[in-house]
Amino acid sequence: MEVSTLDTQHITHSFESDDAGGGKQQLQPGTTLVNRYLIQDVVGIGGMGSVYRARDLHFPSVVKLVAVKEMINMAPDPLVRKTIVQNFEREANLLATLTHPSIPRIYDYFSNDDRSYLVLEFVNGKDLEAIINETDGFLPEEQVLGWAVELCDVLYFLHTHKPDPIIFRDMKPSNVMINQHGHVVLVDFGIAKPFQSGQKGTMIGTEGYSPPEQYRGEATHLADIYALGATLHHALTRRDPRLEPPFSFAERPIRKINPAVSAEMELVVNTALQYNPTDRFPDAAAMKDALLNVARKTGSLSRLSIPSVVQVSGIKPLWTFKCEDEIRGAPIVHNGVLYTGCYDNNLYALNAADGQFIWKYAADGGIVSRPVIADEIIYFGSEDRALHAVNIRSGKVVWTYFTEGRVRSSPRIAEGHVLIGSDDHHLHAVNTITGRPVWKFEAVDAVRSTPFVYQDLIYVGCESGDFYCLDFRGEMKWRYKAKRAVTSSPWVAENAVYFNSLDATLYALDARNGWIIWRFRMGKGSIVSPCVAEGMVFTGSADGHIYAVETRTAREVWRFHCEHQVNGSPVIYKDALYCGSVDGNLYCLEYRTGRLRWQFATGGPITGTPLVFDDIVYIGSTDHQIYALLA
Amino acid sequence: MKRFFRRLLGYEKADSAVTAPLSEQQIQAILSNKGLEMELPQLISACGQSIGKQRDTNEDCLFAFTATIGGPRGNVPFGLYIVADGMGGHQDGEIASNAAIRVFAGNVVRKFTSYLFGLPPQMIDESLQEIMLGAMNEAHYTIQRQVPGSGTTLTAALVLGQQMTIAHVGDSRAYLLYPDGRLDLLTRDHSLVKRLEELGQLTAAEAAMSPHRNVLIRALGQGDSVEPDVFTLPFPPGGIILLCSDGLWGVVTENDMQRVILETPVLARACYNLVSAANTAGGPDNISVILAQIVG
Repeated sequence: MEVSTLDTQHITHSFESDDAGGGKQQLQPGTTLVNRYLIQDVVGIGGMGSVYRARDLHFPSVVKLVAVKEMINMAPDPLVRKTIVQNFEREANLLATLTHPSIPRIYDYFSNDDRSYLVLEFVNGKDLEAIINETDGFLPEEQVLGWAVELCDVLYFLHTHKPDPIIFRDMKPSNVMINQHGHVVLVDFGIAKPFQSGQKGTMIGTEGYSPPEQYRGEATHLADIYALGATLHHALTRRDPRLEPPFSFAERPIRKINPAVSAEMELVVNTALQYNPTDRFPDAAAMKDALLNVARKTGSLSRLSIPSVVQVSGIKPLWTFKCEDEIRGAPIVHNGVLYTGCYDNNLYALNAADGQFIWKYAADGGIVSRPVIADEIIYFGSEDRALHAVNIRSGKVVWTYFTEGRVRSSPRIAEGHVLIGSDDHHLHAVNTITGRPVWKFEAVDAVRSTPFVYQDLIYVGCESGDFYCLDFRGEMKWRYKAKRAVTSSPWVAENAVYFNSLDATLYALDARNGWIIWRFRMGKGSIVSPCVAEGMVFTGSADGHIYAVETRTAREVWRFHCEHQVNGSPVIYKDALYCGSVDGNLYCLEYRTGRLRWQFATGGPITGTPLVFDDIVYIGSTDHQIYALLA
Repeated sequence: MKRFFRRLLGYEKADSAVTAPLSEQQIQAILSNKGLEMELPQLISACGQSIGKQRDTNEDCLFAFTATIGGPRGNVPFGLYIVADGMGGHQDGEIASNAAIRVFAGNVVRKFTSYLFGLPPQMIDESLQEIMLGAMNEAHYTIQRQVPGSGTTLTAALVLGQQMTIAHVGDSRAYLLYPDGRLDLLTRDHSLVKRLEELGQLTAAEAAMSPHRNVLIRALGQGDSVEPDVFTLPFPPGGIILLCSDGLWGVVTENDMQRVILETPVLARACYNLVSAANTAGGPDNISVILAQIVG
């Protein structure tokens, strides 16, 4: 068909009267193109023009509907315009030769100066994007799988086209029509879709479905496979990739969003979505085979368990030691001796290598905290209201300092001073040698948090929700009020102080002035003391999770789900995090990923903090035992 | 005074106090924390701007505000620095960048008004990061309402004491020049080539040459919602923060920026020299530069 023979009288007028900005104007219903196609409605808007539903007037006795796709040629340069029209016609000719149930038939095409038109089979149905948007909840996997198989078929047909393979280049839900019989039809063959570039602000990233290499101009059949993967990801998760950062599918695992999807289906989509083209399916036929395998498996077999390197049983402790009551606090090791307090009122000294009993010292109340050692003296608080100082060799008392409340806080030593909180609403500073008070700071309520000393300042929380920063004369520098108790012990790193509160928040405050830098919300309150390593703060909560949160952004890096509350605090040793849970387990996780390495079940809830020293983990449990395990 | 604290706290002998269950690793991390100056640090700043040599309009916009805030926590340096670069492919890029800065700065400064201007204190119940995030959202919706279809980059640094909180969308940049002379890029360009580079699909050299290097994947005013990067890091005394639009970093290498700043102790002159360097390199785009430093 010659362009010059086309009759465009009906529409040329409107072109001439339009100014440059109005050249994109849509055709009005009732307009007739080339005396044959009566425009009825706009059914879609593409990058280069609109798509119309039209009636073919050459069949006056029946209503024959066609789709008319318009391309508006906006190139100012006459030579470029000509090239665009030629490309359009070349592709139209090519498409006219394709016969496949999933490709609409092409009836006609024509052009004038500004616009080119393609007349195609009108598909009576809905596009997949509309279907996704109009469905409440998720589309059933089986349905998506059926369409995916048909899409693989049509892609394979295009990719094996002779003499030259055809790359669709624009696979996305809005280009997949589902006709009235439930079968797929590919529409919009990307005719004349030049890549806009150069100017800032071309939001290419919102395309969302195209693979990385397509932006380098490499569009092979593997690009279509990626885009099909992206389309399936969108269909299964309802998460539109155009609203997400480009190539971020891996950050939105399908089954995390839609747990009803099978692991096998997720694997197929993930394979199609590999960044590296060679890691995807080699062709659409291979992807179709994989999809058919999914159909077979999910139809008959139950879900495969994920291969696991996790050791959940069979870990034997190096030794155990049984006390008379619950161990709620945390041990320390010094010169080959392990010291731990117990709710049976005793402080035990055990051989760290084999767990042999060395001595014990009886307080008059339970010990729920962690002792500290300096200069051959061990210091610990007890529910007998006292801070005890005991010689680590003899196990004999050096001095005792009485507060007016139970002591649940662990002591902190800063040279010459023991700092310790008490339920008598005070933080006490006591001389390490004499046991005499140096000063005490009055808080609003009980101080069960363990003070953290960061250079010249002392940080401590309070059951009233107040959080204090003091100087070394016991004078307040600043204060912050959380909504509920701060039992958690703070940690300071890089000028920021981190602590949890029972108000279910992990706080990061400026250590110098108390301004809130960020807050991280957890599911429930927390008494866990956070710790910081490699730009991450690790914590836990009564919501049963261990969390890793980026210190700079407050972004959650990972969370690990335990079977019960997390009340003990995590510690970092080498590349691992160790943390106990009320579910009775001690967990060893890779701290960078949160992946479980092993877990060890004790006979009761763990509320204390493990100690890792020389590749051995020591943990006390409310089953009265202390365990030594290989780290 | 300092020596007193040092003795009191026993830095030198810190290992004599057994504070396990902290692991050795954790203890080392604490000990390696460098000391902070007790004296009130001062914040100073300067900025520079040029339309460049090849453009007729200035689509960049900047904001620099340096003060102190008072209150029970003592006098603390306060600074708010913003660079916005309107998108040239869109109409009204300069309207978008100006509106963004107005709304963003207004939202942040408003929160601190009582502390900045000695008025009766009004509690702030938001974290610094929440304030920055909120200001970013407000700016985003304002552009969508007032300049629909337009967009802008926005990179802002809120300095409070010795912390700075950065909020960032687009491809303007924030750098930190450490007291030891190291220059660190703090922000991540929200551009297509950067994303491809991160995925290993482009090398840095290919990215610099790519015809798509101006293509943004996130911008204020674009998309339904905006997802800025917001983060906080220490602002070391003697360190210098540099905010700039791509009119500078697109044509002046990081080595040259670093050299210019190090060679020029006066911030205002350093800004002038940075802008000149970009113009000498052809000045293909609008240039905006802000420098701020914690001294003494």
